[in-house]
Amino acid sequence: MIQLAAFYLFATLVIASAAMVIFARNPVHSVMWLILAFFNAAGLMLLAGAEFIAMLLIIVYVGAVAVLFLFVVMMLNIDFAELRAGFVRYLPLGALVAIILVAELIFALGAWSAGGIDLASRAAPVVTDKSNIEQVGELLYTRYIFLFEAAGIVLLVAMIGAIVLTHRQRGGARTQNISAQNRRRPQDATRLVDPGVGQGMEL
Amino acid sequence: MISVGHYLAVSAVLFTLGVLGIFINRKNIIVILMAIELILLAVNINLVAFSAALGDLVGQVFSMFVLTVAAGEAAIGLAIIVIYFRGRGTIAVDDANRMKG
Repeated sequence: MIQLAAFYLFATLVIASAAMVIFARNPVHSVMWLILAFFNAAGLMLLAGAEFIAMLLIIVYVGAVAVLFLFVVMMLNIDFAELRAGFVRYLPLGALVAIILVAELIFALGAWSAGGIDLASRAAPVVTDKSNIEQVGELLYTRYIFLFEAAGIVLLVAMIGAIVLTHRQRGGARTQNISAQNRRRPQDATRLVDPGVGQGMEL
Repeated sequence: MISVGHYLAVSAVLFTLGVLGIFINRKNIIVILMAIELILLAVNINLVAFSAALGDLVGQVFSMFVLTVAAGEAAIGLAIIVIYFRGRGTIAVDDANRMKG
């Protein structure tokens, strides 16, 4: 009973905040609603028993992606009122596409629950005496190790790409010249002098 | 009791809201990126729901890969927005025609 109540709470909140993401006037508010949507989706996944994915959703989406969005929205000085100009004009077409899409999805759901589709046998059945994270970890580091490493490469490429795209060399900045530093030898940099008494030093 | 159908309904509505968001915020590419995140979230909910319903962990593993790709896509997309804004002073995608596409 409490499970059902929690499900309806999370489901209502995730749908309401997703609607607010796309209808909010200010993109900063959109990001805040997006964070709320991710938290509630994490709650839904906890109810389904996927603890690891729920925590990952909070850490990755709320901790990294939403903060990145917030950073970019606040860093760029954008006139958002101008960007909303076509909002009402695009609404009928968007609503039409959305209605068609949701009808198709409901149709597919009905076809699936009518039992017309045979699902393949289970690839990695859940065992009850281990925790969720332990099972996911065992699967990730054995059978799906190459996919796991491919995911790591995707993240590496994304990181390098983002750095290369946004990095720029400013003119007139005094940066460190590492090769010049490494080329410097003691005999170029120091000299031994023997000044007489009271003569002073030229540096 | 919660069935897999409940989860599929939530995820269908979420997916549709994401697609609707792309259509009605056609000029604001930052909100378009957020709508794509919503779509990927709907896919993740579907994967987890089927994983729980069928007692098969592969759905959760693949949900993690979807999460990885979503994070990379957000980073690259926002980087492209930043350099586009630097060059043009605006992020209106309507007049993005430099490549005559």
